[in-house]
Amino acid sequence: MALLDVSNLDVRFALRQGEVKALRDVSFTLDRGERLGIVGESGAGKSVAAFTLLNLIAKPGYIAGGSIRFDGQELTTMKPRQLQQIRGNKISMIFQDPMMTLNPVLTIGEQMVECLKAHRRIRTRAAREIALNKLRQVPIPSPEKRLDQYPHELSGGMRQRIIIAIALLLDPDIIVADEPTTALDVTIQAEIMSLLLELCEKHNVALVLITHDLGVVSQVTQRTLVMYAGRVIEQGPTREIINDAQHPYTQGLINALPQMATPGSRLNQIPGAMPTLSRIPSGCAFHPRCSFAFNDDGSPRRDCREVIPGFVRSGNCDVACHMVRDLVENNSDARDPVEFQEAP
Amino acid sequence: MIAFLIKRLFHALLVMFVISVVSFAIQDNLGDPIQQMVGQSVPESERAELREELGLNDPFLVQYLRFAENALHFDFGYSYFYNEPTTDVIMRHLPATLELVFATTLLIILLSVPIGVYSAIRPRSWLSRLFMGVSIVGISIPVFLTAIVLIQIFAIGIHVSLFPADTAWGAWLNGLLSTSGGMPAYGRGDVTHVFGTWDTNFASLNGLTYLVLPAISLASIMLPLFIRLIRAEMMEVLQSEYIKFAKAKGISMRRIYFLHALKNTMLPVITVGGVQIGTLVAYTILTETVFQWPGVGLMFLDAIQRSDIPLIVTYLMVVGLIFVITNTVVDLIYGLVNPTVKLTGKPA
Repeated sequence: MALLDVSNLDVRFALRQGEVKALRDVSFTLDRGERLGIVGESGAGKSVAAFTLLNLIAKPGYIAGGSIRFDGQELTTMKPRQLQQIRGNKISMIFQDPMMTLNPVLTIGEQMVECLKAHRRIRTRAAREIALNKLRQVPIPSPEKRLDQYPHELSGGMRQRIIIAIALLLDPDIIVADEPTTALDVTIQAEIMSLLLELCEKHNVALVLITHDLGVVSQVTQRTLVMYAGRVIEQGPTREIINDAQHPYTQGLINALPQMATPGSRLNQIPGAMPTLSRIPSGCAFHPRCSFAFNDDGSPRRDCREVIPGFVRSGNCDVACHMVRDLVENNSDARDPVEFQEAP
Repeated sequence: MIAFLIKRLFHALLVMFVISVVSFAIQDNLGDPIQQMVGQSVPESERAELREELGLNDPFLVQYLRFAENALHFDFGYSYFYNEPTTDVIMRHLPATLELVFATTLLIILLSVPIGVYSAIRPRSWLSRLFMGVSIVGISIPVFLTAIVLIQIFAIGIHVSLFPADTAWGAWLNGLLSTSGGMPAYGRGDVTHVFGTWDTNFASLNGLTYLVLPAISLASIMLPLFIRLIRAEMMEVLQSEYIKFAKAKGISMRRIYFLHALKNTMLPVITVGGVQIGTLVAYTILTETVFQWPGVGLMFLDAIQRSDIPLIVTYLMVVGLIFVITNTVVDLIYGLVNPTVKLTGKPA
């Protein structure tokens, strides 16, 4: 049984202008110690997905359907008090902007000790000892001193290390990291990312990494989920997706990487922009931007415009695309499942 | 810390200088003090003599320098009406005002924090809506009207005969809405001598009952302001990332509300509060007049009617000083609550 089993998750926001569907029919699983990347442009629903895992979406957002099973327990219907015992304890989170994540009027020590005390019967002295130990793991120089400092006395990179230490405090099963390096200086991004990877491997912690950086995804994760307009459109082993993406949108994302462009020429891009969630196109949400949504004679494909594509298996990936489905159906050996080696 | 206090002292002196110039400058427009002092029967020649004697004919600058020199020795002159040093008159009236302001501040703090926090946490509950509605009414009605209404209801009492008295429910409703009054609404009641000119209301039950209505009416403007301020700040803080992170850590909601959120909420509230306490001293003029509370507010209004210029100027200086002192104290407290503020120089 998977550690985390998300199936058919629907998240909506009840706004004054009507309901907005932020997540639709999102399903994935996560095994113990596995690292999953969730990628997509801004507005694809990545962060909503991250917060929904801990049932933390703020009103007017709510879970309209589907289930999140963690270790056999259903999180969507769990009582707040029980949920509190899982948050920060079994599943912890790392937020995007370390400058905003720590409470400015409480010391680092207070913010670490309270987390331990919320989940364990423990004395302050013992809790400080654990906190010190975790600070040493993310390595932070002179951790004793840091415990009595306030967040504003530390740099952004240092704060993100502390947040990672807080996420690890109670030896969780899963860490959900919502773009943990986007707000950081480029020089520190790689440092923080490899630290996170190293700690997850060392403690056998599963990681859900939300990012729009395909480079990071390919280095850190074993499996990848590509999202577009609130839906999963492709998922499978990271290597397969990076090396041989099937969905036109994923292909577009990969082609847009700077290293894919011919030196001296303009960078590749996907034409158009992500639709706002209140006005998602019918059929395949990507069809207005898709260069494959046409028949051989150049006329637009009806099914792309009208029918929401289901998943088809292509190699080891699940892809939601009419064009890919045609390829798979017409030529069943178009692409064999290839055994890829584990990422180093 | 010491550097901060010295800097603050310098600021205070500058503020006091400006206040002294302004308050001294308005004296020419406050009427003729000689008229008030001597009455109708004194001939014009004697009046001119008295005017010359008091130095009222000297140029403004000369008068001001004379005033300033004396002021530096804490000599603000003699009250024309009381015929004794103005500082003595003020000191006699000041305790009553300070006690009223203190009681009001206490009332505001004890009520605004819980109500503000509650209506921020549950903005849609009917109780929050009720608080918000009442607070709008409180802000809109002027203090003196609130005071008079309070006196009518709680001091004099009202007899309601709106419902038919010959039916059981009508009589019951009439009785329910009628009040018997009886709360004191005039003066300070029993006071206990503490030291010097300080008599306190806080030492006896009788003294405390005399404080109730004036304190409520003085609080009626500031309390809604603070409830709304705390509510708005708290609602904003509750949206912040660090509150979300605290939730993600599995911290109990009680701790999130009353430690994580409240501490951040109070930062701007403290700043505003400092200024408002000074303003409260000024508002006492209205409240003290309606309740005949023998404080500096009532004294000031009388002094204006009597063109008692030295007393007016001294009052303005003292109120200015209270402003400066409360603001300094508030800045000190702010520095203690907000770790990103260091009082001594180097920005963090």
